[in-house]
Amino acid sequence: MDVRAQISMVFHLDKCIGCHTCSIACKNLWTDRRGAEYMWWNNVETKPGTGYPTLYEDQARYRGGWRAGTDRPRLALGGRASLLARLFHNPRLPALDDYYEPWTYRYEDLLGAPPGDEQPVATPVSLVTGEEMEIEAGPNWDDDLGGSGTYALNDPCLAALTEEERARLLDFERLVFFYLPRICNHCLNPGCLGACPAGAIAKRGEDGIVLVNQEKCRGWRMCVSGCPYKKTYFNWSAGKAEKCILCYPRQETQQVPACMHSCVGRIRYLGVLLYDAGGIARAASLPAAELVEAQRALVLDPSAPDVVAAARASGVPEHVLDAAGRSPVYAWVKRFRLALPHHPEFRTLPMLFYVPPLLPVMATTTSGRYEVVGDELLGAADADRLPLRYLAALFTAGEVAPVAEVYRRLVAVRLHHRAASVGDVPAERAARALAEAGLTAAEAEEIYRLGALASFDERFVIPPFSREAAIAASGDVHDHQEEEGAGFLVPPRRGW
Amino acid sequence: MSGFFFVAWPVLAWALAILGGLYRYFTLRYTYSSLSSQMLAPGSLYWGSVPWHYGVVPILIAHLLAGVFPRAAAAAVSPPTALLVLETAGLALGLLSLVGLVILFARRLGPALRRVTSGMDWVVLLVLLVQVVTGVAIALFVRWGARWYPYTAAPWFWSIARLAPDPSRVAVLPTLAQIHFMSGFLVIALFPFTRLVHLVPFPITYLWRPYQVVSWLGRRGRGRAGP
Ligand code: HEM
Ligand code: SF4
Repeated sequence: MDVRAQISMVFHLDKCIGCHTCSIACKNLWTDRRGAEYMWWNNVETKPGTGYPTLYEDQARYRGGWRAGTDRPRLALGGRASLLARLFHNPRLPALDDYYEPWTYRYEDLLGAPPGDEQPVATPVSLVTGEEMEIEAGPNWDDDLGGSGTYALNDPCLAALTEEERARLLDFERLVFFYLPRICNHCLNPGCLGACPAGAIAKRGEDGIVLVNQEKCRGWRMCVSGCPYKKTYFNWSAGKAEKCILCYPRQETQQVPACMHSCVGRIRYLGVLLYDAGGIARAASLPAAELVEAQRALVLDPSAPDVVAAARASGVPEHVLDAAGRSPVYAWVKRFRLALPHHPEFRTLPMLFYVPPLLPVMATTTSGRYEVVGDELLGAADADRLPLRYLAALFTAGEVAPVAEVYRRLVAVRLHHRAASVGDVPAERAARALAEAGLTAAEAEEIYRLGALASFDERFVIPPFSREAAIAASGDVHDHQEEEGAGFLVPPRRGW
Repeated sequence: MSGFFFVAWPVLAWALAILGGLYRYFTLRYTYSSLSSQMLAPGSLYWGSVPWHYGVVPILIAHLLAGVFPRAAAAAVSPPTALLVLETAGLALGLLSLVGLVILFARRLGPALRRVTSGMDWVVLLVLLVQVVTGVAIALFVRWGARWYPYTAAPWFWSIARLAPDPSRVAVLPTLAQIHFMSGFLVIALFPFTRLVHLVPFPITYLWRPYQVVSWLGRRGRGRAGP
C-alpha cells in the first residue's frame, strides 16, 4: 500500500449563507493583480444556475476531466499528440466573456464633478481595454437566482430531471436554491495536471496541494480546459496559468487558508485524509455508479493499526498521522458518510467534499398565513425540496441512493436533537429515523457537535508542514534555491 | 558590404540568438511564454494562428532539413514531378501562413489586444511579414528555389559553420533572395528579445511523460520529509 496524506476539505452547504466573504478574502490576498482581476480562485455560485464560468459543468462543450478507460482514465480533451497539435489555438478554452470582462469605476468622476442638480455617476471602465464599457456580466450575476429564467433554467444538472420537475422548480413561489462555494479540489487525479504539456503542474507529495510552477508554465493553457471545474485560470496579461494554492504559504506557517479562516457561516473544515495512491487509476476508471464508493474506499482509516504501519512505511511523518487521527474531514467523509464529492463523474477524484443542503420546505404562505407543511417536522421532506435527482447529478454521478442515504442521516440527526432539546418530536420517531439511517444516538450527537458547535481548532486541523526542516534534512539548503518555498527571485512581469 | 551581410550578420544573429536565449532562460525564465491572446479574442485567433502555424512550421522544418542535409534535399527534388509537388506545396503553405499572419496583424489593432501588444510584438509581426512576403515572391519569381537552395544557401551556411565563410554563391543571387536571407537572420537575431522564444520550449516531452506528476521535497525524493 502506498499511503499518502492529502490536505482536504469539507464544505457544509446547509450553513452557507452566500455572503462571499471567502471570495473577497481570497481575492484580496492572491488575485488582485493585472490579468487576474477576473479570476475567483474561490467563488460562490447559486444553484440551480449556470455557474462561473458560464456552463462550466457542460463537458460536451469544454471536454474537461477524464473518461473511463480500461485500466486507467483518459483525458476527455483528447490524446497527447492531438493536444500538441492544438497548442496554436485551443478550441476548448473559455473566452474572457465566458467569465466576465473585469471593470472598475472612474471615481474621479465623483470627486471632480462640478456643482449641479444631478448626482454625479462614476463611469465603469474596462480593466482590459481601459475604455468605458457597458457592464453585462459579473461574478455572481445570477446570485440568489437573479435572472433565473436565463441562468437557473440552463443549469446542466437539470437535464437529470423530468419536464414536470423542472417546471416545478421554476414555479416562482416555490423556488428553491442554495449556494455552492467552490475552490480548486486539489484532486487525486487532476485533469489540469494531466493536460499540461509543459509538465509545469505538480501535486505535492507531502500534502497533495496541486500547484502550477510559474517558471515552467509556457502559457499553452491546456490546464484550463483539462480542469472540469475550471479552477485553473489563464492570466491574460502575464501569460501564465494560475490557480488556487490552498494558501500553502499560510498553511506552512500553521495558518488556516484565508477563505476558510474568514468563513462567516463556519461551513468549512480542513484536515488530513490518508489514502492509497496505488488505487487512484482504478478508482478513476470504474463505471459512474461505483465512483463515489470507490473514492471513499481510497480513503484510509487513520486509527487502523495496519494503515498506520503502512503509512509509516510509506514515509508519512508522525505529526501528519497525528493530524489525520483528528481530521474533521475524515469524520464527515468516511465515518459519518455525509460529505460527497462534486461531480465525481469528471473522474479527477476531487478532494473537496460537500455536505448537501437539506433545504426542506418547512412552511408555505399560500393563504397569506405561515402554514407548516405536513403534520410532522421534516415529514414531507422528499416532496418539497430540490429533487434528489438534481443533487445526485451534482454530487453522485446521478446515483440517487447515496444522496438519499445522506439525507436520511441528516434528517435523523435533526430529529434526534430536536426530540432531545425541544421535545416536540416523539422519541420513537427520532429513534426510528436513527435506526433507518444506521446511526446510534451517540453518533448523532457527535454529528450535531461537529456541524453546529465545533471550535476553530476542531474545524481546522493542519499538521506542521515543516518544509524548511525537510529540505535541510535532505541536503544543503542552497542546493534548492529557486526550487523550493514561495516567492520569486525576479518580479513576475509579462515577457516581451 | 557582402562581407557584413553574408558573413558577419549570420554569425552575429546566431550568437545573439544562442547567448541571448540562454541568458534569458537562466535569468528570466518566467518570461518564456506563448503570451496567448486567445481569451481576449478567440475567434480571430483561430483564423490567424491556425493557418499561420500550420503554414510556417512545416516550411521552417523544410528550410532546416534542406540546409543541414543539402545532398539528400537535392536528390529529393531531382525528379521533375517531385519538384513540382514540393514547390506547389511550399507555395500553398506560404500563402496559408501569409493569410494567417495578416489576420494576426489585423486583430492586434483592436482595443483589447492593443493593450497586450508590446513594441517588440509589432516588430516581430513586421519582420515576419517581410520574411513571408519575400518567401512567397521567391517561390513565384525566382524559380525553382528547392532546386537552387541546396547548391547556394546550404553551402554558404556550412561554410560559416566550418569557420571558412564563402559567400560567393549567394552573392550572385537576385536581390529578392538576398533580402529574404537577411531578414531571415533578423528573425533569428530577434529570438531572445521577443515572444518568438515561445517555440524553443516546444513541449515534446508531453508525448511520454506520465499523466500524473508528484513532487516530493528535495531532489532525492521521498522518505525524508519532516522531523
Ligand atoms: C513549433 C511550434 C510552435 C508552437 C507550439 C507555437 C505556439 C504558439 C502559441 C500558443 C501562440 C499564441 C497564440 C495565442 O495568442 O493564443 C503563438 C503565437 C505566435 N507564434 Fe507560434 N508556435 C510555434 C512556432 C512558431 C514559429 C516557427 C513562428 C515563426 C517563426 C511562430 C510565430 C508566432 C507569432 C508571431 C505569434 C504571435 C501571434 C500574435 O500576434 O498573436 N510560432 N505560437
Ligand atoms: S480542481 Fe484543481 S486539481 Fe482538480 S483538475 Fe481542477 S485545478 Fe486541477
